[in-house]
Amino acid sequence: MKDQKERLRRTMMFVPGNNPAMVKDAGIFGADSIMFDLEDAVSITEKDAARYLVYEALRTIDYGDSELVVRINGLDTPYYKNDIKAMVKAGVDVIRLPKVESADMMKKLEKLVAEAEKEFGIEVGTTNLMAAIESAKGVINAYEIATSSDRMIGIALSAEDYTTDMKTHRYPDGQELLYARNVILHAARAAGIAAFDTVFTNMDDEEGFYRETELIHQLGFDGKSLVNPRQIEMVNKVYEPTKKEILNAQGVIAAIAEAKRKGSGVISMNGQMVDRPVLLRAERVMSLAAAANLVDEEENYIEK
Amino acid sequence: MKNSINREIPDEILKGKNYQAYTTDDFGTPVIQKVAPKLRATTGSEKVVDSLEDVVLKTVKNGMTISFHHHFREGDYVFDKVMRIIIDHGFKDLTLAPSSLTNVMNDIVVEAIEKGVVTNITSSGMRGSLGDAVSHGALKNPVIFRSHGNRARAIETGEIKIDVAFLGVPNSDAMGNANGMDGETAFGSLGYALMDAQYAETVVLVTDNIRSYPNTPASIKQTQVDYVVKVDAVGNPDKIGSGATRFTKDPKELKIAKTVNDVITHSEYFKDGFSFQTGSGGAALAVTRFLRQSMINNQIKASFALGGITKPTIDLLEEGLVDRVMDVQDFDKGAAESMHQNKNQQEIDASWYADPANKGAMVDALDVVILSALEIDTKFNVNVMTGSDGVIRGAIGGHQDAATAKLTIISAPLVRGRIATVVPDVTTVVTPGDSIDVLVTEVGIAINPKRKDLIASLSKIPGVPVYTIEELQKMAQEKVGTPKPLEFNDRVVALIEYRDGSLIDVIKKVKD
Repeated sequence: MKDQKERLRRTMMFVPGNNPAMVKDAGIFGADSIMFDLEDAVSITEKDAARYLVYEALRTIDYGDSELVVRINGLDTPYYKNDIKAMVKAGVDVIRLPKVESADMMKKLEKLVAEAEKEFGIEVGTTNLMAAIESAKGVINAYEIATSSDRMIGIALSAEDYTTDMKTHRYPDGQELLYARNVILHAARAAGIAAFDTVFTNMDDEEGFYRETELIHQLGFDGKSLVNPRQIEMVNKVYEPTKKEILNAQGVIAAIAEAKRKGSGVISMNGQMVDRPVLLRAERVMSLAAAANLVDEEENYIEK
Repeated sequence: MKNSINREIPDEILKGKNYQAYTTDDFGTPVIQKVAPKLRATTGSEKVVDSLEDVVLKTVKNGMTISFHHHFREGDYVFDKVMRIIIDHGFKDLTLAPSSLTNVMNDIVVEAIEKGVVTNITSSGMRGSLGDAVSHGALKNPVIFRSHGNRARAIETGEIKIDVAFLGVPNSDAMGNANGMDGETAFGSLGYALMDAQYAETVVLVTDNIRSYPNTPASIKQTQVDYVVKVDAVGNPDKIGSGATRFTKDPKELKIAKTVNDVITHSEYFKDGFSFQTGSGGAALAVTRFLRQSMINNQIKASFALGGITKPTIDLLEEGLVDRVMDVQDFDKGAAESMHQNKNQQEIDASWYADPANKGAMVDALDVVILSALEIDTKFNVNVMTGSDGVIRGAIGGHQDAATAKLTIISAPLVRGRIATVVPDVTTVVTPGDSIDVLVTEVGIAINPKRKDLIASLSKIPGVPVYTIEELQKMAQEKVGTPKPLEFNDRVVALIEYRDGSLIDVIKKVKD
């Protein structure tokens, strides 16, 4: 598995945990993360069935390189304890808690996860966590949530509940989410974890989807939660680096390798100093380029 | 004995019916003797008849072979009208030789079998209650399944000798000049029926639309026609073809279609002047859409599109991305309606389309074809005929014929529901693995190891993993498990001919 902090998380695809066909095929669309949902997508009468289905799927189906996430039921429901036990036992990569408003909620989750890990003989600390922020209070407390546990890999904005809480609704230009997006993004960056933008549900509005994705890409989000596999390709397209960015990144990486070979301390490229942020950005560009199949195995740019 | 692809063909079938076992998909260059039908000369003054019943009684005799076409598909009224009269008059021991059988024909064929009216059938395929009845042994003699090209061949060589052809048409004049492209029940190309019109001893046109003489363009000509029968309606326009074509939104189908397009565009065949056949169905239509964009991006035009045609293919013609559409049937209204407007949408008969016993057929010039599969096995053999329960539920169509293209792509999901598509051995071989080049699934592709050239050109497509077909079969098995083997009786209920007339497989009666 790649370093949890550095892996690409452009796309987190929601999969209803009660839909066997979608659970079975979830791995074929190339999502960076697959999020099996036990919460809102599953009606009360199907909570147990969905939990069993996702448990069995996680144990038996090969989802390739995708990060496997399960959205469990909230701490205000009678289901979350069984959800945690089953998902930890199944060896899920990440448990996502909905409607998080405080660090205490994550700490409570962490305690239960650790207990489950002990119960099922799994090394304590294996299971990662993430939080969905869906209220004004959650946004205000974003940083303490983001730093609530070493297991945290990311925080996500969930705009449907949030806009209701804010006494508004979603608009095409996204102004109503401006504050929440920036707070969550800053909290994530300060904590060194990933930031996920909210879902976009109107599959017929391709233009709107691109507009929103380009905005959150510009802001600096790692990626976006998705409701339909067809959105994966569109997000990846927005996150695709340009040829110029790739060639520049290759130059940076080569300059550093050259400097290391020579034992030189100061690294420069085209007369500009190359420092750590430049290197990190170059590495991220190359990782995005590889994921978008823009470079071959030797990292050479593939001309189209 | 076992044929060259290891299928057991009972000796009594080979000897009793004078069959050769399948050996190769290479037809070679044998000398062929064609037959010509007998005819009774007439000036044609008494061709038009009001009573279908009178014509049936005048033309049909016990033991005869009668034929129909399936261009009206699920909207067909003609088959039912004719068969009703035949059953009610107690005819016996007929051979039914339609170009194919659609669901709307099932009930009356089952009735005709039960009453001993029909005792032999040859068809491209069958489904539903009829497939079920045949698979359970309702018919004493085995059904013979033939591809569209093979039917044309068998008609031309006299293996199928049609005594009376009942051909529904959306228009005709009093002498029998008719086409499929005009009128309320237009279906476009008359491709399959043109064989019957040319070779049947008696040709009866059935129409609800008699036009003034001479009716042109004439696909069926007055020189071929004995009777023109006027009826109230020949078909239901809403069920002849699908209406406005809708592209699939199923993300899995889209992924497969996109990969199919990647395979085509990375092959050596994707160059100016190439030719292709895509067929119908959601995934095929999506391929056409992706292919269109690739053709525009790469400034590549196709010389022709072949086979069963849909509106998206006509759009390519109208956009100038395809020079000619060689059209044996039309799957939707858009394609059917455009035929008389587009001079480059050429109607072709089944022989021209796909018959190997020819001085060249269109499929011989075909570069790329995309075909489907109910099952495909680790030898790349394809089944499009029997379902996971062993029951007949499909049609050969042009599968065997078009599969002789230079690049034959099977597009199929790894599993359907709980049933594997990629299997160790298909239940029924329809198209031999030697004809198949690439399998495209939602997880990746498999290339026939015999195509070393394709392995070289298709192995490095970005985002398209290449597996061996054995690996894909294992993946499918891991997903859905290993089913209990199907159980069959020894009795053969259907024969699968290869396009050269040899036997590639047989279908046995299912055990209940």
